[in-house]
Amino acid sequence: MNMIDIVLQLADGMMVTIMIFMLTLIFSLPLGLIVTTGRMSKNYLLQAVVKVYISIMRGTPLMLQLLVVYYGPYYLFGCKLSPEYRGIAVIIGFSINYAAYFAEIFRSGISSMPAGQYEAAKILGYNKFQTFIFIILPQVIKRILPAITNEVITLVKDTSLAFSIAYSEMFSGAKALAASEKSMLPFVVAAIFYYIFNFAVATVMELFEDKLSYYEI
Amino acid sequence: MCVLEMKHIKKSFDGNEILKDISFRVNEGDVVSIIGPSGSGKSTLLRCATFLETIDDGELLYLGKKVVESDGKKAIYADKNSVKKAMECFGLVFQNFNLFPHYSVLKNIIDAPIRVQKRNKEEVIKEARELLKKMGLEGREDAYPCQLSGGQQQRVSIARALALKPQILFFDEPTSALDPELTIEILKVIKELAKEKMTMVIVTHEMDFAKNVSSKMIFMDKGFIVEETTPEEMFNSKNQRTMEFLGKYKNVN
Repeated sequence: MNMIDIVLQLADGMMVTIMIFMLTLIFSLPLGLIVTTGRMSKNYLLQAVVKVYISIMRGTPLMLQLLVVYYGPYYLFGCKLSPEYRGIAVIIGFSINYAAYFAEIFRSGISSMPAGQYEAAKILGYNKFQTFIFIILPQVIKRILPAITNEVITLVKDTSLAFSIAYSEMFSGAKALAASEKSMLPFVVAAIFYYIFNFAVATVMELFEDKLSYYEI
Repeated sequence: MCVLEMKHIKKSFDGNEILKDISFRVNEGDVVSIIGPSGSGKSTLLRCATFLETIDDGELLYLGKKVVESDGKKAIYADKNSVKKAMECFGLVFQNFNLFPHYSVLKNIIDAPIRVQKRNKEEVIKEARELLKKMGLEGREDAYPCQLSGGQQQRVSIARALALKPQILFFDEPTSALDPELTIEILKVIKELAKEKMTMVIVTHEMDFAKNVSSKMIFMDKGFIVEETTPEEMFNSKNQRTMEFLGKYKNVN
């Protein structure tokens, strides 16, 4: 089996990996923002609940969280697990895990904003929502972009953990192929794939950073 | 007409009394300078008047309308709408400008009138250009705050405040972050506004300027108003504390 055959064999898996990546970002970024709101809330109960959530998400392995999300409904509630649920569990597991990390990044960005920006907005008559959306958030995004890039790159590599609940993305395909062909080559292809994927991610993020470099904070 | 009236204002931070019993009023066309040593409560007073700090006790009136009342023990704020209405009366220029760094000069000026006051965009832009011209910033409308000098940034922030057409403009040490040359730029602008009968309250350490521009001066110390009078009388005051403060100042000159 040559490289091209391996790439063709793994093509479907690659699409699945890219899909896990995209869907996780789509769900975890807004969710992270919501979690931050809870984390920074003046309601101590809500704050405490969110703190515990973040602490668990960061304190336990993502692989274990995936297993809990996937098998939990069966062991806890006796639900029958449909095959479709496997993919959903992967997205839920990744999203709630990454939301916790993103929430902390958002929080660091938001609390680094000088009080003067809020005060100026208040004096000019912006309401709280307008202040956050138009004045604070754009500046926060600029501040946290490098940290977000780090997380997104980690996510590309973490997608391989989906194999722990036997979800067939690219990496599980490569493993199976390596075993059946008794060859290292599928792993080489996998490595090249992740590398190119991350290179693209880094390039795109750099583009965003460049786009926001028109001003200094 | 009385634009702003503050009566028996009290404010503490963690049991530390910053404003002890402050009463004063600002009439239309007045230019009031507030002077006094650091820590005397000048900035806190301004922040109380502009709702950036909540008053512990006392009364606050804008254009004769009561926004904060006292029940004898503590301050009671009027409903949200009344506060909002009162906030539309004034503008505030900060010591460190607080421009929005991600907005261009023009956008800094026009965004609030368009977004908050829902005014016509073309009209607001036209007015903003006139304001920039008045501030000597013609042609800089596409620049970003980080590309401007401190003096230019402060002039943009004055234009931003004026674009909302306030009835009274507060300045919180507008030149304290600037070097002497840039300070003069700002003082010229304020003087120009005074000529146009803009009602202003200026917290400042620039004594000559305060003497020059104000119709009334207030000297504050340790949370009290020590003296409130015309600039001439202030500088010829027989009050011990005023003489000390201004005397020290005269000695250096």
